Formats: sequence, structure tokens, C-alpha cells
Amino acid sequence: MDYRGYLRVERLPHVWCPGCGHGMITHALACAMAELGLDPNKTTIIGGIGCSGRTAFLFNTDAMHTTHGRAVVFATGLKLVRPELTVVLALGDGDAIGIGGNHFIHACRRNVDLTAIVYNNSIYGQTGGQVAPTTPLQKRSTTSPYGNLEPPFDIARLAIAAGATYVARTTSFDFPDMVKFIKRGIAHKGFSVIEVLTHCPTYYGRLNDLRDPYEMLHNIKEQTVPIEEWDSLSPEERAGKIVIGELHCEERPEFVKSYYEFIARMQGQRVKSDGH
Amino acid sequence: MREPELVQGNEACARGALYAGCRFFAGYPITPSSEIMEYLAREMPKVGGICLQMEDEIASISAVIGASWGGAKAMTATSGPGFSLMQESIGYAAITETPCVIVDAQRWSPSTGQPTKAAQGDVMQARWGTHGDHPVIVLTASWVREVFEMTVHAFNLSEQYRVPVILLLDEVLAHLRENVILPEPGELEVVERRRPERLDDFKPFSNEMMLCFGEGGRLMVTGMAHDEWGFPAQGQKAAEQLQRIVAKIESRADQLALYRAHFVDDADVIIISYGITSRAVEAAGHQLRAQGLAVGWLDLKTLWPFPDKLIRSCTERAQYVLVPELNLGQLVREVERAVGGRVVVEHLGRVDGYLITPQEICQRVQARLKVGVSHGL
Repeated sequence: MDYRGYLRVERLPHVWCPGCGHGMITHALACAMAELGLDPNKTTIIGGIGCSGRTAFLFNTDAMHTTHGRAVVFATGLKLVRPELTVVLALGDGDAIGIGGNHFIHACRRNVDLTAIVYNNSIYGQTGGQVAPTTPLQKRSTTSPYGNLEPPFDIARLAIAAGATYVARTTSFDFPDMVKFIKRGIAHKGFSVIEVLTHCPTYYGRLNDLRDPYEMLHNIKEQTVPIEEWDSLSPEERAGKIVIGELHCEERPEFVKSYYEFIARMQGQRVKSDGH
Repeated sequence: MREPELVQGNEACARGALYAGCRFFAGYPITPSSEIMEYLAREMPKVGGICLQMEDEIASISAVIGASWGGAKAMTATSGPGFSLMQESIGYAAITETPCVIVDAQRWSPSTGQPTKAAQGDVMQARWGTHGDHPVIVLTASWVREVFEMTVHAFNLSEQYRVPVILLLDEVLAHLRENVILPEPGELEVVERRRPERLDDFKPFSNEMMLCFGEGGRLMVTGMAHDEWGFPAQGQKAAEQLQRIVAKIESRADQLALYRAHFVDDADVIIISYGITSRAVEAAGHQLRAQGLAVGWLDLKTLWPFPDKLIRSCTERAQYVLVPELNLGQLVREVERAVGGRVVVEHLGRVDGYLITPQEICQRVQARLKVGVSHGL
């Protein structure tokens, strides 16, 4: 099936601003689903609140638009009772690691077989451009009008440290990598995080002298260094740069599988004891 | 003949949940409800269900909602502080018409309060804790066997009407152990979720039929105002949907009203109570009647939707209504509203963490009747 088959094309155009990167990530997700040949009846897209959360309305699958920051726990409950479903999360940066930070790190720790795509535009877009836990130092927002004083989170590093078993980072500039990493994340059995650095020309750009979407897209790309080159850079050369690529992949017991094995053991014991 | 067994209130709740078919529980440790999760952690996997300890209460109720959309009967249990944290997602369950059961073992007063002291201070929060107009059913119980029965009933109503159902316990009932004979399989009705027969013309948010994820419905579930397909809606469409989900519960207030009425037909004095306090009322009521006083009492099991008609009919010939509760006056205001000034309604509150005693109730009724004689009551 063509990627369009996974989208509710009748609901286009989407609600995002002209020049926004979210449509590109959504497009990449639809392509990844098509290339994997996912069954739309056995796939659920779950979004939180914020611009990214609107992704859920665009997919011709089961979809859930949850409360702010909690998408990952709604998904955990669903995945545990319906292990056969492919569950993909569309999270924003504020959603994932601002209001939902606690759930995010615990999902990483549990290693539930979910794929979280984090649309990281470094700002709260839907509410009008407020500072986020991902806004770089000194950058302006409507609530850091003189420049941000708080250091930002590195979402991919946070995910790795918390125990996510597949972590990749790319940008909305790198379309083929978005598709590739989302595919690998979905195929990976465990909690996968694909952080996509994306552009919000309407708020982040306008407030930080990058109002042209094309310029902003290139600006994000220029800040990144592929992991293949990262190791050969000196600390001075790494300053101000962001490493992208497949950053982490490990095999670790997946929680849902572990839970069902546990249930089988417990029921087996009961059958045995009943048998006596 | 089965032997009675010594069962704790929290254990009765957990066993009631399993009896009702609950196969997903998510919770966070909190006194005085933790034994519910402890029991289910032991027993749930044996019946093929899932019991998760989450990172907080917000995660607990959210996982419960996710599991419910996966088709499982699902529950969480908590106490005041955790119940406060759950409120946003309870609103999500209400607007998305998600069956789920939330148990709140009430503790004394706001914030941390007194975790090991009983109270009935969450009556209004259970009804109005989440923001906005919304439907909810709130049940309570007074005896350990009743905790079991009301837990089963909570699941039944939740599945039947696609609505979050809150079961209010309290610290004493949660920790109380009583000699009981709990229902056997088949003894209580267990209601299953109703599924649409045809998918093609099924509107997921138009009635109490429910399709779950992974069943080919390609459902859209959102906490935003939505149309009958689940997509964002505004104006009249949003108003119609809100009115429908509220009316599906409020219009059934009479049939949802569960209660035990004692001697209300010939009583001048009616005592209205619920939960743990009803035990003191029952003792006091018998004592007062033994003294020849025309006292009746009404023990409410359904607190919300508030049973207006029942209150009106039970107080029809009464001259004095007393509402004892472990708070500074919550359900009494609903009683006052229902009787509409026709009868004197008084509150008997207690907030020192201890239960209202039968003596306190007797004294208040006796004192009131004495005063009442000189005032022509």
C-alpha cells in the first residue's frame, strides 16, 4: 500500500503553520509504515497535546489524542493488553520531557515495545511560543523575551541514560534518515526513541531571527554532525554542535514479552497445583 | 454451607474486581488503599491479567484508560492526594466515554492530611473534581461484603454506560476486617461491554456500544470536543455531544439509585447517611426506635447522580432530616436542595479523624425532638 493509504487524506490540509516541519515528520512516518507494510487495523498512533499531538488525527489507523504528557502511559496500558498492536507515539519536546518527563524516563526504563517519535522544535508552539526544556541557552521565546537562562535537555542522551534500547536523532532536513530510523524503531523490540530536530518558523524562528522556514531548516542542519564524524572531532569542534544518527541500539528484555512469560509461568504453576 | 472468612475491605475490593472480570490494574502505593494493589499483584497474573505499579497516579489512570481501549476491564485505586492527581484523566475518560473504575479510599482532609484517619471529604471532588461539565457515577459501601458487591457493580455500570465509575471507600472500611461470606461465581451479575454488530455504519461516539483498538474500526479517540466519529467539533455539535454524555447518566438517576431504606414510611425523623457512617446510623436508628421514636434511615450506595426523587419520597412525611457525615458538610447540601426547604435538614459532622458514634446520633435526634416539641415540630 502507498503511504497515502495510511493517511486520512480527506482531513488534509493539516492544521500546522505554513513552513512547519511537523508535516515532513508525519510524511516520513507514513512512508515508514508503508515500507514496513503495517496493517492499519493493527496499528495505533498515539499523540499527546501540542502541535505534534495533531499527528494522531491524520492517520487512517486507530488513533488516540491523549492528555498532555501522558501519551506514553496510555500507550503502555494499551500495549500490555494488546501486544499484537504496533503502537507509535507522536510526542512534542514539551510533551515528552517537560510535562511528561517522568513517564518518558520510566517508559525507557521499562523498555515497553513502543516507538516514540519526538518532534523537537525547541519551543511550545501551540500555546504561542513559550520557552521549553529544550530551548537552547540565550534563545528567545515569549516567556524568555531576554534570552533563555536555563540549560536544555538533550532528549536522545536522556533516553539512552534512562534505558531506551533504540535511540536515533535526525532532523526534518534529513527525510531519508527519518524514514529509516522510524522503520528501525518500529521493527526494534523495545522502547525506541527517534528525536527529530525540527523547525518552527512561526515562533522559534520569528523570535530568533530565523523567520524564513528554508533558512531555518538549513540552520538546524548546519548545527548537526553525523555520529560517524563525531568521534574524530575535538571538544572545541564539538562545541555548539549536535550529534545525529543512530546513537544507541541494544537488546534487553522487552517488558510486555517478559510480562506474558511471567503470566504463563504463574498460570502453569496454578495448573500444576490444581492438577494435584 | 460455606464457612465465613475474615476479609479486609481493601481485599474485598480487589476480589470484587477480579470477580467482575477486571484484567488490568495500574496503581501507585498510597495509604490507605495499597492493599488493593498488593492483593492484585499476587492474584492478577494467575488469572492472566496485568497488575502494574506505575510511576505516579497520573500514569496509573492513564494506563487504565489505554488498557480499556484495548478491551480490558480496568481499574486503579488510590487515596485523596492520588485522587487529586488523577482528575484530569478522569475527565478524559468521561469525554471519551471510556469504561474504568477508580477506587478512592478517603483519608482525613486536604493534602497529606492524616493518611490513617477516615473521612468522607471527597464526595464533591468525586463528582466535580475534573474540570467542566461531565458524567460520572459515584458509589460507596459500608460493610466489607458490600465493598465486594459495589466493586462488581462499579464495573457493571462502567461497562454498560461507558462512563468512569468512582467507588468511595474510607480508611476504616479499607482496613476493616470482617467475617464474611463473599459471593460465589454466578451469584452476582457481571455485565460485559456491548460491541456493535456491524462496523461499516458504526459511529464510535454516538451510543453506549464500544469498539476497541485493533478491531478494524480505525477509531479516533480524543479529549477534545468531538463529533460522533471522534473528530474535533465545535458549536452546536460540541454542545449536543456534551449534553448526550451527561444525560446518559443524569437521566437514569432513578434507576442508578442504590440504597437501603429502613422504616422511612412511618418516620418523623429521617437519617440519611452513606459509607462507614451508615453503620453508626443503623445502630442509632434501632436504639431510637426501641425508645419509641418514629425514626427511619436511608443508607445511600449511589451518591452521584444524586437520587433527588428518592430523597424527596423518603422525606415526604418527615419533619426532621439529619445527615451525619465525616466532613464539614458536603452531601447535606444536596439533601437540602432535594427537599427544597420543606423539611428541617441538619448536618452532623465530625472531622477529628474518628467515626461518628451511635450515641452522637441518638443525642442529636433526642435533643432536636425535645426542642422540637416546644417549637411545635
